[in-house]
Amino acid sequence: MQRIIILGFALAALWLLLSGYFDEPLLLGFGAASVILCVWLAHRAGMLDPEGAPGGVFLGIFGYLLWLVIEIGKANLAVARQALAVEPKLSPKMIRVPAKQTTGVGRVIFANSITLTPGTVSVDLGDDSVLVHALTQDLADEAALADMGDRVVKIERRPV
Amino acid sequence: MIDLGLIRDVLSWAAFLTGGAFVLTGSIGMVRFPDFFTRMHAAGVTDTAGAELILIGMALQAPNWITVVKLGFVGAFLFFTSPVATHAIAHAAWVVGLKPMLGPELEREDAE
Repeated sequence: MQRIIILGFALAALWLLLSGYFDEPLLLGFGAASVILCVWLAHRAGMLDPEGAPGGVFLGIFGYLLWLVIEIGKANLAVARQALAVEPKLSPKMIRVPAKQTTGVGRVIFANSITLTPGTVSVDLGDDSVLVHALTQDLADEAALADMGDRVVKIERRPV
Repeated sequence: MIDLGLIRDVLSWAAFLTGGAFVLTGSIGMVRFPDFFTRMHAAGVTDTAGAELILIGMALQAPNWITVVKLGFVGAFLFFTSPVATHAIAHAAWVVGLKPMLGPELEREDAE
């Protein structure tokens, strides 16, 4: 029930913001009908599990995203410097980073964050680790990646 | 009296130019880096800094707030979907056995 309400509100907000209609009863009615149809279909298809409507990560995700954007900015400069250097000093490396997340959503957030940060790409997901390809020795910073993993663990543990 | 329109123009042009510079840098990196996996990192620069800065520049030029919200959605969806695509490509290359070049000498060897 909780997930139905969360998904309903999210879809209604998306419809309102994308359409921009706030005072046309007929169109708002169609919007409401389409939201109800979507929620019903998602419920019927069994998609309203912790993965389809992840309410649990919602509270902590904004602080994490802010931190991630700053990290991405720093990594962008490092990769851009290599791309423009007269003699790029590349030393690609494969490393295994422990993934201690317990939920599927947490693991996806962690692997996506690694890939989103330029200079590191998650290549393979193991049972409790992520195989990462890094562009240089400096970017293959296992401590920094483990710290990112701990931050994801922190936000995924919040109660729904 | 400070001209708000001028400040907005200056900020959005700064965002456009730095975003464009990042897109160009990513493209240069994609040509210059030696193998598939390293080129993928260069593409990441275009995906993140380039695309998002250009979207910020557009948001500063937007005529009303609903356009800003829509640009925000575009940015958010790019932010969430581009790593999925990157991972899918990298994973596919890994699974079929493409060996990355490793170390400062850029040697191709067994990674594991």
